[in-house]
Amino acid sequence: MGLLDARISNRNVLVTSVDNVMNWARLSSLWPMGFGLACCAIEMMATNASNYDLERFGIFPRSSPRQSDLMIVAGTVTMKMAEKVVTLYEQMPEPRYVLSMGSCSNCGGPYWNHGYHVLKGVDRVIPVDVYVPGCPPRPEALIGGLMKIQELVRMEGLGISRQEALKKLAEKSVDPQQVIDQARKATA
Amino acid sequence: MDNGMEEAGNIMSAAVQQSKAAYDIIRERFGDAVSEFDANPTMPFFEVADASKWVDIALFMRDDARLKFNYMACLSGVDYMEQEQLGIVCNLESIGGPAHRIAVKVKCSREGGSIPSVSCVWHTANWHEREAYDMYGMTFEGHPDHRRILCPEDWTGFPLRKDYQVQETYHGIKVPY
Repeated sequence: MGLLDARISNRNVLVTSVDNVMNWARLSSLWPMGFGLACCAIEMMATNASNYDLERFGIFPRSSPRQSDLMIVAGTVTMKMAEKVVTLYEQMPEPRYVLSMGSCSNCGGPYWNHGYHVLKGVDRVIPVDVYVPGCPPRPEALIGGLMKIQELVRMEGLGISRQEALKKLAEKSVDPQQVIDQARKATA
Repeated sequence: MDNGMEEAGNIMSAAVQQSKAAYDIIRERFGDAVSEFDANPTMPFFEVADASKWVDIALFMRDDARLKFNYMACLSGVDYMEQEQLGIVCNLESIGGPAHRIAVKVKCSREGGSIPSVSCVWHTANWHEREAYDMYGMTFEGHPDHRRILCPEDWTGFPLRKDYQVQETYHGIKVPY
């Protein structure tokens, strides 16, 4: 991504349009690496399958980290696996995204105390962009997380770093309770 | 039960009586190398008092025409911390032979103890003994492939011992929560 790497801070009309087209292309064809570590992977496979049909988002799993934009850490990361996950992450071309799916990869999940063999959160070894809670998360939750990744991609651009994009996203965040209340009022 | 076989006030079920009959054959052959029969209703068992005889006992149990314990259903490790001992429990059954089953316990010292390997008798024991070693740390003499099976090879300690404390870091990664 030569254009993304270039440090251009003076944004003009042309660059903005190129940005938008490029980001649209990237977020419409997020290719995750096809690997699963535990039961969350079953939900991930269900999300890929016809009922939830991830391909409508342009998302379909690749069998090589070198062809992937996104790593979905779906399941329990053991101490033995942690180093392999780092190797896979390092083999992915930039810009790369990491989605941590489920309690285990978020924080160790049910193994947080007595699971001597479990890494207590994959963010101890690789940077994570989006965490999806659940044990395991339903396909809807995973799709929600993937749409967060798409929002993040949309925020990025020439001269806008990942940190700045995340900050902008955080500023844009809304209280879900308000949305729920509004929806309830509308249906009442 | 018409013959009224009693032990410790409990009437033994038919299954336990079958195990007792199998035990009597082993006792007759090996004498004091095996302990008294324990008529545990869930899984009747005896202990190998002389661990050096364990492979001979295992071969006899597998090959004797009256016993034919040709199937090792499970081999588990146990930590007897108060007695300063480690042990294994082998659940043995017979497929196509007599419908009896029995558990055999073998113990060794907690620090640096070893138990003869029976992986040459039942191939199932190969991986099960590796697992017992991985989790409890007893060694199995004569095991053809004596390595950890689940934990990384350079892991410190034996996780299922009752006094196990997890290591602080593994390859620079923090382990505890």
